[in-house]
Amino acid sequence: MRQIHVSEIKEAIVDLILSASYDIPPEIEKAVVQGIDAEISDAGRSVLQQIAESYQIARAERIAICQDTGMAVFFIEIGQDVHITGGDFETAVNDAVRQAYREGYLRKSVVAEPMFHRVNTGDNTPAVIHLRIVPGEQIRILVTPKGFGSENMSRIKMFPPAAGVEGLKRFVVDTVREAGPNPCPPVIVGVGVGGTFEQAAEVAKRMTARPVGSHNADPRYAALEDELLFEINRTGIGPAGIGGAITALAVNVDFRPTHIAGMPVAVNMCCHCARHAETTI
Amino acid sequence: MIIRKIQLPLTQEQARTLRAGETVCLTGAIYTDRDAAHKRLIELLDQGKDLPIDIKDQVIYYVGPAPASPGHAVGSAGPTTSYRMDAYAPRLIELGLSGMIGKGKRDQSVIDAMKKYGAVYFGAVGGAAALISRSIIKSEVVCYEDLGSEAIHRFEIRDFPVVVLIDSEGNNLYETGPAACRALLQSEKGE
Repeated sequence: MRQIHVSEIKEAIVDLILSASYDIPPEIEKAVVQGIDAEISDAGRSVLQQIAESYQIARAERIAICQDTGMAVFFIEIGQDVHITGGDFETAVNDAVRQAYREGYLRKSVVAEPMFHRVNTGDNTPAVIHLRIVPGEQIRILVTPKGFGSENMSRIKMFPPAAGVEGLKRFVVDTVREAGPNPCPPVIVGVGVGGTFEQAAEVAKRMTARPVGSHNADPRYAALEDELLFEINRTGIGPAGIGGAITALAVNVDFRPTHIAGMPVAVNMCCHCARHAETTI
Repeated sequence: MIIRKIQLPLTQEQARTLRAGETVCLTGAIYTDRDAAHKRLIELLDQGKDLPIDIKDQVIYYVGPAPASPGHAVGSAGPTTSYRMDAYAPRLIELGLSGMIGKGKRDQSVIDAMKKYGAVYFGAVGGAAALISRSIIKSEVVCYEDLGSEAIHRFEIRDFPVVVLIDSEGNNLYETGPAACRALLQSEKGE
């Protein structure tokens, strides 16, 4: 049994949020810079150059990559041999969010109630926390601050099994095409297949944080990722949606076992600023 | 690339001279306004009251900036997705609003109002927010301070780079740009 004090968790999360908000993941920056050479449209190239320059400024000046610093979404794995001391876990996470968004000059973008009376909570809480208990005595924390320009373009559909690979492909490509310029292309497309309604969505969200350039370990899904990326980059949407060959930087797909009667497909759109940072305590 | 420099304010007559696809640098003053503040403005109009800002010949930037850190006039400040303001924009264009800066598609009702009164829709690059903030040299809250980032701010901007996405004739770069590239991509790598 290992004891971990909430203050240690809180400190780690504050650092993670700041790092995610200021420092674009290197593989995304690399993909954008490579895209400048690969892009066929002058306007698209100019957009990618502005994006690459903006990443550098954010990193150097410690300012937010995007003004929409998102809702703070966490994927956390707690080792079952960890004993958390000094307070309750969820409070520690929300305290860290409050501190990071205040001290880091990040935008507070959360309203307490979505429909009748949309009042800003003022501190970007509450966080969205996906929690798993795993073997071991460590805590692994992944933060993926999520902006809503792209979140709003996400979709989920409960397909019948007969829809198959073609059904999924059409749905994913149509989702990107219909979103057009809205989610700030070049995008990163997270796709979750199978599971239940909510599990497919969670997998899709998790896939937006999988490194650009990586592939699913299952060769069938890895090939599907490449095919989807190719199809999406033939739509012509391009950087900022004003035309070009670089519409998506990556399509990351993962699956879960599902029911004999279903094939849920969730598509979580993410802008090129697919911010994420992770640490292990 | 030819970059046209424009000193704000922008009259609707001037707005009519801009064409989709043109790159433009804006200098002068603009207002920020997004979901919650738009709602309040339209509620005032519905009640027959005056707006807290005179929007004739003005350009509105759809943005909710991040807070300014020390040494900066404003925090990161890239465009938000414009369609959420589509329900409100035609009323403001009718009152003389000559330009909007944002990103993403617009409803036909907005384009119709742009054509009727003479207004233009500019695009800034979504996610280039740190770079864009360098073109904003001053920021002050004009009204609705309680809305925080969503308050209406007055930005002083210098050489703020935008592209004309939709012009007052209804020409739409979001249609023509991707269509041209799609044709090229699908002929190059044909099935």
